[in-house]
Parts: sequence; structure tokens; C-alpha cells
Amino acid sequence: MTKDKNIKNKVKEAMVTGLPIVIGYFPIAMAFGLLSKNTFISFRDTSLLSMVVYAGASQFMALDLIGAGVTWANIILATFLLNLRHMMMTASLAVEFKNIPKKFLPLVAFGITDETFSVISFNRGKISLPFVLTINIMAYCSWLSGTMVGYLVGEILPQSLQSSLSIGLYAMFAALLSPEARKSKDVLLISIIAAIIYIMLFYSNIFTSGWDIIIGIIISSALGVVIFKKDSREGEN
Amino acid sequence: MKNYLPLIIGMGLVTYFPRLIPLIALNDREIKKSIRDFLNFIPYTSLSILIVRGIITADSDVKLATILGIAIAGILSYKKGNLVLSVLAGIVLSFIVINISL
Repeated sequence: MTKDKNIKNKVKEAMVTGLPIVIGYFPIAMAFGLLSKNTFISFRDTSLLSMVVYAGASQFMALDLIGAGVTWANIILATFLLNLRHMMMTASLAVEFKNIPKKFLPLVAFGITDETFSVISFNRGKISLPFVLTINIMAYCSWLSGTMVGYLVGEILPQSLQSSLSIGLYAMFAALLSPEARKSKDVLLISIIAAIIYIMLFYSNIFTSGWDIIIGIIISSALGVVIFKKDSREGEN
Repeated sequence: MKNYLPLIIGMGLVTYFPRLIPLIALNDREIKKSIRDFLNFIPYTSLSILIVRGIITADSDVKLATILGIAIAGILSYKKGNLVLSVLAGIVLSFIVINISL
């Protein structure tokens, strides 16, 4: 009985923690659903994109590429490159997921997005199977239902509102990062370093889109290890 | 309408496996301290990079709205720590900026 209660509490906690993702995802998914309709993709395929691929940035990119007449093989390659960053994220979570039963990892892995990853990472102390699954399921449902609603009724929204809704994605990234930067000067410094390195990579045009993100993450995180080597006892909060 | 099912399945597979493989491969390994530190920096570096990428790849007609939306969300979240409020404020401000600049 106490175990049931424990799970209930974790689910409740996850619902509070994951709520911002639900609220953030819905309008962005709506923007995607509508854009997909305008790209002449059926309701079934639009829903399936959110259901099966479930990766916001690459879904938007795919619409762009479909519209531009890019071959499917190249769209799949571009999707792979853009989403390879999740590999860094789940690698980062693997250590924290030690107490999650192995057989559930394939299920948990599916739900890791930029946002669920960030929220879970910044709530390390709370990680458990019910906590992570609840956040993942909430975010997934919001993304999928938002997509469908956007496809069906998105047209009633004015263009300027649609644009501002998709900016919400980046507003969420910023809102996730800035409190962390407040807690720790190291975080602030490493975030600035990452930004500068990415800008240099982006304008140097050495790497194609997708690779530049991954290389940027690797270089700046590695620099972090070198720079903060001396005060490494600090550990996680 | 065209049937996009093969494309969707392909995109799904190349998205799923990068999410899964590190979880399985690294799950019960002892990881060196420096590698752990490296992995612990990834949440911050990846978020920062995605934000910057959002700004520099934004279309020029919504670039200012993107920057201001991101800024207000970051500042509000920094001061008040409320994620929902910050995101909504970001959306509202960018909506206003887009409408003014039209």
C-alpha cells in the first residue's frame, strides 16, 4: 500500500513538473499541424509524423524539405543528423536512469526530447520510472493532440499568432536554462561558451546543419570539463 | 494526397535509435569522472546552442520578435522561476512585436 502511495506521489510530482511542457508543446504542435496541412500532407500522415517521429524541430524541417522537393532519402538523412543530438542527451541521462528497470528503457527512450530531457535533467533527485514516464506521456499527448487540433482548426488563427506560437519553443528553452544559470556561475559561463562556439561553427560553414549542433555540444562540453577541472568536487545538486 | 508512410517510418527509426542506444549501452557501466562531467554539461550546452540556433536561423521578419520573446522568457524565468508564465510571456511579447512591425 505504501508503495502505491509512493507511486501516486511521484506521478503527482511529475504532473506539476511536466505541466510547462504540456502548455508549451500544444501551441507549437498546432503550428506544425497547420503548416503540414498547408504543405498538402494528409491528416493521417500529419498525425503519424507526430506519433512516430515525435521530434519537433525535425518535423518542421521535414515540411520545409518536402515543400522544396528534396528526396526522401535526404530528408531521412537530415532528420538523423538533426536528431543525433538526442544521443548526447540520453548518454547524459543514462547514469541517472540506473534505478529504472532495464526493460522499460526502450519505452522511456522514445519520450526523450529536448524539453523532457531538460526538465528531467534539472530534477535529477526525483528521477524514477513513474516520474519519467508521466512526464514523457504528458508531453507526448500534448504534442500529438496539438498537431491534430492545429490541422483541423488551426486556420482560424491569424498568421502573426502562428509565428509567435512557434517562437514559444525557443522561449521554453530560455526559460529552462536561465534559472540554472542563476544557480551556478559555471552553468552561466558554459552556456555562453557554447553559444559563442556554435555561432563560430554556424558561420564558418564547415559542418552541415545538424552536425554543427552535435560538434558544438561536444566541443563546449569538453571545454567545460577542462575549465572546471579544479573545482570538480561540487557534484550535482 | 501523397502517401508519406515510408518517409515517416524512416524518419521515426533514425530518430528513435539515437535516443535508445546510449541508454542501453551506458546504463550499468561505471563511467569515468571526466566523462560524467562532460555528460553533465550537455543539458546546458545543448539548450544554449538550440536557443542561439533559433535566433540565427529565424526569418528576418520575425527575428526581432524571436530575440525579444526569448529574452523576456529568460529574464522572467530567472527572476520568478515560473516556467509556464515565462513561456506565455515570451509568446505574447513576440505576438505584439510581430504585429507592430507588420
